[in-house]
Amino acid sequence: MSTLDPVRFLTKNMRVDLALIAGMIAPGTRVLDIGCGDGALIGHLFQTKSCDARGIEIDMDEVTRAVAHGLPVMHGDADIDLAHYPDSAFDYVVLSRALQAVERPRAVLRQMLRIGTRAIVSFPNFGHWLVRWQLLSTGRMPMTEAWDRPWHETPNIHPCTIRDFFVLCEEEGYVVERWLAADDGGRRRPWRRLSRMANLFGEQGLFLLRHR
Amino acid sequence: MPPVASGAGRSYAIAAMDQPATRTDPANSSGHTHIAFDDGITLECGTPLRRHTVAYRTYGTLNADRSNAVLVCHALTGDQYVAEPHPITGKPGWWDTVVGPGRPVDTTRFFVICPNVLGGCMGSTGPLSNRELPDGTVIDEPWGTEFPPVTIRDMVRAQKRLIEYLGIDRLFAVLGGSMGGMQVLQWAALYPDAVFAALPIATASYHSAQNIAFHEVGRQAIFADPDWQNGQYWRSGRIPARGLAVARMCAHITYLSEEALTRKFGRRLQNAPKDSTEAISLFGEMFEVESYLRHQGSTFVQRFDANSYLTITRAMDYFDLGADCGGDLATAFKGSRTRFLLASFTSDWLFPTTQSRSVARALNRAGANVSFVEFPTDKGHDAFLLEEPDFHRALAGFLRGCAVHAGLETGE
Repeated sequence: MSTLDPVRFLTKNMRVDLALIAGMIAPGTRVLDIGCGDGALIGHLFQTKSCDARGIEIDMDEVTRAVAHGLPVMHGDADIDLAHYPDSAFDYVVLSRALQAVERPRAVLRQMLRIGTRAIVSFPNFGHWLVRWQLLSTGRMPMTEAWDRPWHETPNIHPCTIRDFFVLCEEEGYVVERWLAADDGGRRRPWRRLSRMANLFGEQGLFLLRHR
Repeated sequence: MPPVASGAGRSYAIAAMDQPATRTDPANSSGHTHIAFDDGITLECGTPLRRHTVAYRTYGTLNADRSNAVLVCHALTGDQYVAEPHPITGKPGWWDTVVGPGRPVDTTRFFVICPNVLGGCMGSTGPLSNRELPDGTVIDEPWGTEFPPVTIRDMVRAQKRLIEYLGIDRLFAVLGGSMGGMQVLQWAALYPDAVFAALPIATASYHSAQNIAFHEVGRQAIFADPDWQNGQYWRSGRIPARGLAVARMCAHITYLSEEALTRKFGRRLQNAPKDSTEAISLFGEMFEVESYLRHQGSTFVQRFDANSYLTITRAMDYFDLGADCGGDLATAFKGSRTRFLLASFTSDWLFPTTQSRSVARALNRAGANVSFVEFPTDKGHDAFLLEEPDFHRALAGFLRGCAVHAGLETGE
């Protein structure tokens, strides 16, 4: 007989950017985490903020792990499954480091702000100086800590920069309530008001959006 | 509502395929723990049953505030002996890998209840029970094919009576696979406040045309057996063992997968039994898979009643929870606060993952709290009954998470 896994509410190993995301979420709210992996964020939100936090994950092994840890996670695909949630079902819909990997980022964002009052989006910044430098100096696709797979096998099919994302929000009519740039470990970088600097030195961007 | 003891049992001679006739008593209520309700239940078809009996087994202890009860719903040919040796076959409980001390449904923490379904043949009211005439008098003859058609909802309503009798307002969890999963969905739809967590496993919100088709082949096999005698086989004392066995053989194939059959049997041959009267002995040899299926058929008829098989397969065929709710399954779960775990298995082609996924999406539309996992296995539909460590870990973890939310226990 297998030993029973304890219900795990991960905080120790939680990626630091998840801690930044958690910092944007009010206690007691309804949260959907898209691409939740093993459910680290939703476990943390339930335990520390009494949130009704749920997850969708496309990798079945991660889903199995999350459910075995007592976390409400369903197998699903951001490109397909968001359409099945009712309007305003959540206070926050989170997409952490996955925007660049979905097939239709614009449609996914629309769904997020349909089913949630607010959307929290983080993504690796393709405008980072190292990425720019590698492309300029070698003429080949950059390989960095954040962009660590060769072009032919990367799941990151829609890379974008922090400035690109600002433009998209403008086009779609989303209000950027908060934003910040962080290094790859998720530590906050100090270019809060200077988006051009953030776009050059931030390894990832983190945005809190709502409808206008 | 004073429950009364009842003994609506009956015994038949059983002539299994390769065996001399033996006498067993597959549906004697008095031999099974049961409760009889004498205030009646009106079935979905409109027929009232003035009294009905629910046979059941329990495991573990109900806690002081009656909040740790778990209802296990059995599948088509299952019964209430979920976690203990079967009284007729002596085989281990049909889900003793899942229910028991230290198991995912841990009987040291939960009070587990498993009832025999309405229409069944292990002590609950069904075609074997003494027939009730329209004026309410009970005659000393079984219902047989006169037993009214029952539905999954009728089964669930009968189970609700049992739960109330046991003094339980809210079940901590309801779980079951296949037809058991249909009952779980029906429970969650019909009594949302009485179900804290629902675990419909390897199931669907309606029975598909293909599944109805396989059931019909089984039923026709029973009808084609001369011993069926229009369902009144108690008169001659000979049961339609051949027909029922063929029905079981056909159904059993649907519980497996091509990969599992190949792995277990391949094309291996064995000698045909010399004393066999079957046509197969003409060949002098048989494939192992044939022998396996014949064994499945012949052991099944020792413990199952043919009319019950007809009644219950029909109940499954009728099941369409979405249609019952005006065509949108989400309506059935609107506003539900129940926590759901849907589980399916990759090689299950009887209740494929697409079916579970569409239930999960309906639950999303209803805003319900859903977990949904598909487990990789080559064991087909039967996987939910077998040793599947990932599945069992997920069951255990889900229940522990729910226990935290229900206030039954704290996180570490």
